[in-house]
Order: sequence, then structure tokens, then C-alpha cells
Amino acid sequence: MQLELLVSKFQNKDEKAFEALYNMYSDSMHGVIYNIVRDHDIAEEVMQDVFIKAWHNASSYSSKKGRFFTWLINIARNAAIDKTRSKTFKNSKKNLHADFFVDILENHENLNSQTDAIGIKKFVKKLAKKCIEVIELLYFKGYTQKEASETLEMPIGTIKTRNRNCINELRNMLDVT
Amino acid sequence: MTNKEYIESGILELYVAGALSEEENEAVYQKLLENPDILDEVLKIEAAIIKLTAAARPSDSKHIFTAVKEALGLSKTEPKVIPLPGKPKTNWFAYTGWAASVLLAGGLIWLLNQNSALQSEINTVETEINKQLIDNQLLEEQISRANASLEEANKLLSVIRDKDIIAVPLAGQAVYPEAYAKVYWDKKTNNIYLDAQGLPEPPRGKVYQVWSLTLSPLTPTSLGTIDNFATDDNKVFTISNANASEAFGITLEPAGGSETPTMEQLYTLGAVASTP
Repeated sequence: MQLELLVSKFQNKDEKAFEALYNMYSDSMHGVIYNIVRDHDIAEEVMQDVFIKAWHNASSYSSKKGRFFTWLINIARNAAIDKTRSKTFKNSKKNLHADFFVDILENHENLNSQTDAIGIKKFVKKLAKKCIEVIELLYFKGYTQKEASETLEMPIGTIKTRNRNCINELRNMLDVT
Repeated sequence: MTNKEYIESGILELYVAGALSEEENEAVYQKLLENPDILDEVLKIEAAIIKLTAAARPSDSKHIFTAVKEALGLSKTEPKVIPLPGKPKTNWFAYTGWAASVLLAGGLIWLLNQNSALQSEINTVETEINKQLIDNQLLEEQISRANASLEEANKLLSVIRDKDIIAVPLAGQAVYPEAYAKVYWDKKTNNIYLDAQGLPEPPRGKVYQVWSLTLSPLTPTSLGTIDNFATDDNKVFTISNANASEAFGITLEPAGGSETPTMEQLYTLGAVASTP
């Protein structure tokens, strides 16, 4: 499989593979990071940290532990959350928005230039609040199913099926079925 | 549990999110290896999540990679375009031409420095090419331009340095007082080098015509028209002149030039200071 080959080349410090993986995932990581830090410059800073970290710790990834994307998004969330806890961040941003990712999407001018923007914007408009919450926690914030279940006060089984339904809606919208 | 039931359970969505425990992850991984349809489902979930999260990005992400590579010392993969002086001809000459005429000695040192800088940049570029041998048309183009401009620079430098060269400043006249030009007259080769940087671009259908003049009686002799004024980068023109010129003038004439200068369109004029 091509992805596995790319990842293994990347683990052998192949720069071309690194760049290919960057191009595949960087926009996604950028979105996740920005949703947490809510600042353009800081998001770019964290992006750099994340991919530098990924390069240095490439060997720690194993396909047995999960998808490469999942590995990377974990690094991204952790780095972004670490940043929000740092002293300089706290000084510059006294109160972080409690907003969800949907606020970015809804108020996003940049979206217009993105390929899937229209579909995603529609999706977000239509999206029930229960979907927004569960997607925010599981994908943007990296909650475990247990943490999500506690935060949303519903059984793990419900989280699973609700999330499945929400992602199905998204996939229909994006034609990834 | 059938594959369909497994898929419908929603575990794969949590797998992609990274919300499962380590043991659960390994169990899913085993399933993926054995069931292509489950793997396919994971790929689709992942694709949708990538698109959704990417939509929240505040700006383009591509340029950040440059900083990442720099921080990791990986910049080698992408051949760096060496910033050769973009407009060496124009600025360089605007500066050197006039600086040299005022402070010839200082100007010359500066010129030589510029030359060696240019040379060393070319060297760098060449080394780079040997190292890379990658198709890089842009780079090659820049090198050839730099080489050409170096050659030209050397030639013009030798002209300006030559003690036998007579420098004749041409001052702006009534029709366009801001105009200026300078003639470097090499009597040995019967060439003049006209630095016409200070002339405005001629209007459509018009050209500058250069005249050699003798003063008593006032007799103009055409040295020709400058047909490529607009396209010439450094605005230095080499013109042959075997006349015993006492002054030089530049007029604006209809394309093709005129028999005699149109004095109302005299842009610049300057007398040769001393005839050796």
C-alpha cells in the first residue's frame, strides 16, 4: 500500500516522503491546531513544532497502534493544548473562546477558496448540536470515548452510534461513501 | 459479528479519532489486515475527517513546511534559488555610471567589489548546479543572464576606467529639462558609449536620434537612432563615431530618424570639454 510505503520511507528519514505526508495532512493538522489555539501566528508556530516532532519521533509510530493520521493528529492536539497552557500564551490570551470548530467554519472567509468548503459549510449549518459536540470532542479535542461519555453524560454505546451517524452525514455531504 | 455489524458499531470512527484504548487499536488493526472492506471503510472515514478538519485551517499551510525543513536542516531537497541581483543592469549602472564620473576612484573600487560579488555568486550557482543536476530551468536562465551581464559589466567597466576615454555630460534642454545623458567617447576605437538612463521613454512612433556636432559652423551629423530604447535594460548604447565631434546632442524624431535634427525636440546637449 502506498501510504505504508510512504510512512516507512519517512521513518527512514526520506525527505520526499516527509513532504508528501505533509501535503496530505498539513491542512487537517492546521485546522485542528487553530481550533485549539485560535491565533494565526501561534497556530503556525505549533504546526512547525508538530512536524519537527513528527520527524524526530518518526520511529515511535507503528501501524499496529493506529492510523498514521491518528498518530499525527494526536501530536498536533497535544502540542496545541500544551501551548494554551504555556505562560506566554496565557498572558497574551486572557480568555480563550469556548467556541466549537463550527464557529470557525461559519465565519470563515478563507473557506470560500477551499474545495470542499461549500459542502462542509452546508453540513455544518444542518448539523445537529449533538453532532457538533461529539465531533468537536472526539476529533478536534482528542477525547477518549470514556472522556467524551463523561463530558456529554451519555453511555459509551450512545457516543459510538451517534458519532457514527454524524460522520455518515458528513460523508454523504462530501461524497465519501 | 459480521463485517457489516462491525462497521455499523461505530468503532472505526473512534479508531480514526484515536479514542480507543491500545488493545482496542490492535484488535481493529488485525481486522483491517484480514478484511479489505473494513480497511476501505476506515480510509473513507479518515478522508472525511481530514476534509472536515482541514476546513478549519485559518490559512494556507504549504509555506510552513519551508520553516519546518529549515529547522531540521533539510533545505537541500528543494534547490534554493540564489538571489542573483535581479536588475543588475539598471540599478548598477544608474549608480556606477554617475558615481564613477563624480568619484572615479571610489566608484571603481565599488565596481570591482560588485564584480567579484557577482562572480562569486555565479560560482555558487555553478557549484549548486553540479551538486544538484536537477532540472531547474529558472536557475539556468538566471546564470546565463548573470554571465551576460557580467560580461557586459566588464566591458563597460573597462571603458569607464580607460584614461583616454572622454566623458561628456549632456544636460537637459528646454523641452525636457529633467533629462540627462552621458557620452563616454573612446577615440581609439571610434566608439561612443551613450548612457541614456536619464531620458524618458520615447512616445510611440518616436525614437531618439543621436547627433555629433561641430560648433563653428554648427554642423550636425547623425550617429543613428536608438531603436531599442524601451527594451534595453541598462540604457547604455554603443555607437560608432569617427567624427571630430565637438558636442553631442539627442533629439526626438519620428521613427526612422531625420536628416537634420528637429531642434524643438532637443532633449539633451553637451559639449566636449577639451579636445586633446
